[in-house]
Amino acid sequence: MNQRSPKTQPLFAPGHRGCAGCCNAMAVKFILRAIGSDCIVATPTGCTEVFSTPYPESAWNVPWIHSLFDNIAAVSSGIESALKALGREGETKVVTIAGDGATVDIGLQALSGAFERGHNITYICIDNEAYMNTGVQRSSGTPYAASTTTSPPGKRSIGNPLGKKNVPEIMVAHGSPYVATTSVAYPKDVMRKVKKAVETRGPTYVHIQAPCTTGWGFDTHLTVEIGKLAVKTGLWPLLEITNGEITGVHRIRKKLPVEEYLRRQRRYRHLFTTPEGEEVIRELQEIADRNAEHYELEL
Amino acid sequence: MRLCIGGIVEPGTTLANKTGGWRSFKPEYHYERCTKCGLCELLCPESCVARGDEGYYEIDYDYCKGCGICAHECPTGTIEMVLEVK
Ligand SMILES: Cc1ncc(C[n+]2csc(CCOP(=O)(O)OP(=O)(O)O)c2C)c(N)n1
Ligand code: SF4
Ligand code: SF4
Ligand SMILES: [Mg+2]
Repeated sequence: MNQRSPKTQPLFAPGHRGCAGCCNAMAVKFILRAIGSDCIVATPTGCTEVFSTPYPESAWNVPWIHSLFDNIAAVSSGIESALKALGREGETKVVTIAGDGATVDIGLQALSGAFERGHNITYICIDNEAYMNTGVQRSSGTPYAASTTTSPPGKRSIGNPLGKKNVPEIMVAHGSPYVATTSVAYPKDVMRKVKKAVETRGPTYVHIQAPCTTGWGFDTHLTVEIGKLAVKTGLWPLLEITNGEITGVHRIRKKLPVEEYLRRQRRYRHLFTTPEGEEVIRELQEIADRNAEHYELEL
Repeated sequence: MRLCIGGIVEPGTTLANKTGGWRSFKPEYHYERCTKCGLCELLCPESCVARGDEGYYEIDYDYCKGCGICAHECPTGTIEMVLEVK
């Protein structure tokens, strides 16, 4: 096998069972590359946990613990508190890596509690916009009009009837000193923001959009391309919010129409076959336009 | 089966699981076009691309699943996806 310098020694080992082209595997790789080996990671159930750790194997080359959806932020809080009690505060970085279902639905209460108490932890959400590991069910991270197995389009449905819950803003409202949104299509952006988050004292939050080949319905080689389109259409703004103020915005040179993003994915295919679909595309364009205006996305 | 209390597993042990067999297309380098930018190494979801002796990148086919991201994102078209022959 080829030589690996210590810099490229994978902290997340090959042999994991993520789908070919898996966005979650990419996200974990970038996260660990940014943090380095000195950390303790807690992960709830979901694709990342299942494909990384089929007993008795594990892809993790850092200390790692699996727990439940409902309590993963509490587990991280506990690890941080234990380090404190042992007089080893700040000796290592305590990080949660969780899916969108785990974060924006099932674990939100524990997440809120951890941020309220102000633990020195970093919580990272890998948002592939549905419950992928159980077969693509809708979460409150699923965007408006997307088709999932629990929001199927049909005569009386345009897909997911509800919009995406804005959890980064919710974490800002908790008084978090550093909140950022990013995307696996921008690895350097992910690494810079994760590094900043773990280096900032207090409860910090990074939300990574992760295009899932299986759940969104696109070919395995397109994970990065689809992620870039989400950003370039204005549907997924890349932001940094420090002590409640927007301190970083990834600007777009030329904002693309949302169709460019939507028509590449099976989950939006139904929008291109009906007159109601046309109307929904206009609504999605309005969401992108509002983002662009609100965050001043365009150069 | 004897189970450890708490289900303790050894780090990095998925290396035992060679995922190369999943592949239906295989990435192949044409190094004459390569600028050694390292984007293929950065993006590979399997972490199975690494820098070789001459600074050129090499793929560990024991693990490459053939997703095609490296080939699609390579700015110089150095990597070609060819049908896997087994
Ligand atoms: C309390 C609880 N409810 C439901 C499940 C079943 N379950 C296992 S994985 C999963 C999907 C997780 O989705 P997400 O957090 O978005 O992660 P992803 O798999 O999409 O990366 C679900 C619902 C569970 N394990 N525990
Ligand atoms: S379903 Fe999506 S997130 Fe889960 S392993 Fe496959 S590509 Fe990765
Ligand atoms: S085809 Fe996919 S798995 Fe194989 S080396 Fe390229 S990026 Fe990695
Ligand atoms: Mg998910």
